Amino acid sequence: MSKANVTPSLKTARGLGSAKEGTDHWWMQRLSAVALMILAPLMMVLVITLIGEDYATAAAKIGSPFWGGVAFLFICASFYHAHLGLQVVIEDYIGNHAARLATIIAVRGGLIVLGLIAGLSVLRLMLA
Amino acid sequence: MTEQKTSVQRPLSPHLQVYRLPLLPLMSISHRVTGVGLAFGTLVLAWWLAALATGPGAYAIFSAFMMPLGGLALLGWMIAIAFHFCNGIRHLVWDTGHALELESAEKAGYFVLAGWLILSAVLVALAAFFWAT
Repeated sequence: MSKANVTPSLKTARGLGSAKEGTDHWWMQRLSAVALMILAPLMMVLVITLIGEDYATAAAKIGSPFWGGVAFLFICASFYHAHLGLQVVIEDYIGNHAARLATIIAVRGGLIVLGLIAGLSVLRLMLA
Repeated sequence: MTEQKTSVQRPLSPHLQVYRLPLLPLMSISHRVTGVGLAFGTLVLAWWLAALATGPGAYAIFSAFMMPLGGLALLGWMIAIAFHFCNGIRHLVWDTGHALELESAEKAGYFVLAGWLILSAVLVALAAFFWAT
């Protein structure tokens, strides 16, 4: 094997490479991971402290500026992180290009819908 | 030529009946499994928040639906997120170029397992406390 074969050369990956987004996917996966290192523990505290609480208490807590902010930011970071992660899993296990693209679009669409439902619900509780 | 064929003892691996995934690949696939599982968990998260935003009636339906299996689902969520959290930190360390050798990666793996068990225990204990009160 010649050296040219093992060198990941910038020469051949012109512009942003074949995916046309450079290292964005990798980088954003890490960035969202770092955000979740802070947000996930806070979200776990929020969920656990609401175990067994009634409607009014739960709605008031998620409607508060701090916990509402935690929930909203957690939703932004986690749904984004989930989308990036699921995309890699799909790309690894679905070989057929049409099926792969369809699955990625379906998963992305589903996560956008779920993320909007979750995020807007939190905003509604905060603004209520 | 034929003599050489019989004399060379090639390893018959992986021997699928006795093969067990080593720690590192086992943790690698666990990271994926917990990640996909947590992604499905967002369904419940979205439903929970939407029910809260809709009103007491919708929340009662959610609570009734969650009553039998909700505790179990929450337990699974805590254990999965604890693993993905701890192992994810190891991935971030790897991304900086550290602990990439087999020995150090495995050592870091044991740290992750220890952290996972401790974090899971703390979360479950907290949940049990709030459940009881």
